[in-house]
Amino acid sequence: MSALIQCEDVWKIYRVGDMEVQALRGLSLTIEQGEFVAIMGSSGSGKSTLMNILGCLDQPTKGRYRLNGIEASNLKPDQLAGIRNQQIGFVFQSFNLIPRTSALENAQLPLFYRGLSLKEQRTQAAAALRRVGLQGREHHYPTQLSGGQQQRVAIARALVTSPSLLLADEPTGNLDTQSSQEIMRILDQLNRDEGITIILVTHEVDIAAYAAREIVIKDGQVLSDHLTKGRPTPSPVGG
Amino acid sequence: MSAFVWLTILTALRILARNRMRAGLTMLGIVIGVAAVIAMVSIGEGAKQAVQAQIATMGTNVIIIFPGVTSASGVRGSQGSAVTLTVSDAVDLKKRVPLLSDTGWAKRDVMQIVYGNRNWNGTVNGVSPSYLTIRDWSFTSGGSFTQTDVESAARVALIGQTIVGNLFEPGEEPVGAVIRLKNVPFRVIGVLAPKGQSAQGTDQDDVIFIPFSTAERKVFGTSFIGSVGAMFGSTDQVEDLPMAAEQIREVLRARHRLQAEQEDDFTIRTQVDIGKVQEGTSETLTMMLFAIASVSLLVGGIGIMNILLVSVTERTREIGVRMAVGAKRRHIVMQFLIEAMTLSLVGGVLGIILGVTGAKLTTLIAGWPTIISGNVILLAFFFSLVVGLFFGLYPANKASRLNPIEALRYE
Repeated sequence: MSALIQCEDVWKIYRVGDMEVQALRGLSLTIEQGEFVAIMGSSGSGKSTLMNILGCLDQPTKGRYRLNGIEASNLKPDQLAGIRNQQIGFVFQSFNLIPRTSALENAQLPLFYRGLSLKEQRTQAAAALRRVGLQGREHHYPTQLSGGQQQRVAIARALVTSPSLLLADEPTGNLDTQSSQEIMRILDQLNRDEGITIILVTHEVDIAAYAAREIVIKDGQVLSDHLTKGRPTPSPVGG
Repeated sequence: MSAFVWLTILTALRILARNRMRAGLTMLGIVIGVAAVIAMVSIGEGAKQAVQAQIATMGTNVIIIFPGVTSASGVRGSQGSAVTLTVSDAVDLKKRVPLLSDTGWAKRDVMQIVYGNRNWNGTVNGVSPSYLTIRDWSFTSGGSFTQTDVESAARVALIGQTIVGNLFEPGEEPVGAVIRLKNVPFRVIGVLAPKGQSAQGTDQDDVIFIPFSTAERKVFGTSFIGSVGAMFGSTDQVEDLPMAAEQIREVLRARHRLQAEQEDDFTIRTQVDIGKVQEGTSETLTMMLFAIASVSLLVGGIGIMNILLVSVTERTREIGVRMAVGAKRRHIVMQFLIEAMTLSLVGGVLGIILGVTGAKLTTLIAGWPTIISGNVILLAFFFSLVVGLFFGLYPANKASRLNPIEALRYE
C-alpha cells in the first residue's frame, strides 16, 4: 500500500524577469494515510509553494508528486481541477467563502461541480454543516457569522466531498484564541475519529502542537521532520 | 450537467438581482436597440401594407399602355405626347392576346366643371365602359354608362367624391343633376366610391368619367379621331402579367409596322412593375433599420462585455475559490456566459415589450398603421441571445484562464 503523498526531489523554480527564484529545491516527503502533519517555516521558506503543489493548484518544475497513487506532476489544468474536487479539501486563512451566499450553498459548492442533483447537494452539505456544529445556521450569510463560524463553514465545504486529504493553510491565522481552539478541536476530531489526513500550515507553535508530526521547511528543503511529543489532551471549552 | 446549467442560471439571476441598478443600466443598450427595431419594423410593415393597399386600388392585374414620345429632329417630347395608340389597337389587342380578359381606353383633359354657381377645375376622362371594370371602380349611387350611351355619345357623367365635395352641398344628391363641361351640359348618372390616394400620392377621387365617344365628339376637340391617351388591359392571373405585356408589345409593334431596329412607340407598365418600385423603397428602409439595429445591439453588447469584465475583476477571489474546489475551465466559462446571456435576454424581452407598446402607441396617438409580426419578435429574441453569447465570450474566457493561486491571493 503506497503512501498518500509522495514527493520525490520536487523543484519549483520561478522566473521573475532575469532572476531565477528557487522556491523548492529538491524536496522529498512522504505522508501516510491518516496522518496529522504540521508544516512550519518562516515566510519565504517555500512552505506556501509546497502547499500549492500538494493541493494540486500548482505543479513542480522538476520532480514527481504522487497523490493517492496518481502522478500529478504532468496533468492538465482540468485534470488537476478534477483531482482537487475528488481528493482534496481546502481550508484557508481568510475563509474564502463566497460572499452573499448562504452557509449551505457555500458548503454545496464542490458537489455543484461534481454535477450532483440539487437535492443530493443540499442533503450532503447540510450533513457536513452538522459535523462542524452549524446546524440551524444553514441559511446564514457569511456576514451574519462570526470568524470561527465562517471557518467552520469552510471546513464543512472541505469535508463535503469526503476528501482523502484536508489542507489547512493557517486556518487560525485570522481568529481569536478561543475560536482557534474550536477550529483545531474540530480538525483534531476529524483526524482522530474519521481518519482524515490533515496537513496544516502554521507558524504558531501551540497550533502546530495539535499535529502528530511536524515538518519544518527552510530554503525550499525539509529542515526537520519529527513526531511531536503528542497532542494536547482535549480540554473543556474555553480551556 | 443539466442540474449544473439550471443552478448556474439561478446563480446568475441572483447576482443580477443583487446589482439591480447596474444590471438595469447594462441592459439599457439592448432594451433600446430591440425596442427601436421592433417599433420601427412594425411601423415599416404597416406603411408597406398601406402602400400595397393603395396599389391594389389601381384595379386587379392591370396593364397600362402609354403612347410613346414625339421626336422632332432628335428632340423628344414628354411621355404620352405622341398619338400612336388608337381605339382599334385596343380592340385588336383583345382579340389577339388571349391572356387579356378585357381591354379599355381613356383620354383625359383638365377643364372647368360648373354646377349652379360653383365651379371646379378637375380631370375629365373619356373612357370605354370596360375601363371602369378594369380599374375596379364601384358606385355609391347611380351606375355606369350603357352601350346606348356610348353609341349615341350621350352627355352623361360619373363623378368622384372630390368633385361631389366641391360642387354639391352636403347631403345634396348629385345623381340626376346637370353639370357643365366646357359649357356642354352633362347629366350625372353615377357617383363613384372613394379610392383615396394613389401609390404616387395623387387624389384618385378628383375625377369625372364620360363616355369616350362623347368626349371625342363633343368636349375635347380632338384632332385625331380614335387616338387614345392610354390603354388598359387586365388578366385573370397576376402571373400572366409579364407574358401578356410581352404579347401586347409584339402585337403593337406589328400593328405599328415598326422595324426591328426601331424603338417601341409606346410604354407598357404592369401593376407588378409599379409594386416593385414600392418594394425597392421598403427594402432600402429595411436595410436602414438593420443598420440601426446592428449599431444599437453592438453598443448594448459592448456594455455587457464591459460590466462582465468589471465583474470578473471584482470576483477574482470567488473564481479562485471555485477553481480550488474543482471548477473546470468550462464551468467558469459557462457561469459568465450564462450571466451575459441572462443580461442580454432579459434586456431583449424588456425591449420587445417596450417596442410592441411603442408600436401600439404610435397607432393610437399618431394613427399610423403598424403590424407587429411574430418573426420580428423571434428575431429580436434570437439576436439578443447571440449578442450575449458573443460579448460574454471574452470575459468568460478571461475568467476561466485565471491562475487559481493568484486568484485566491487577490485583494
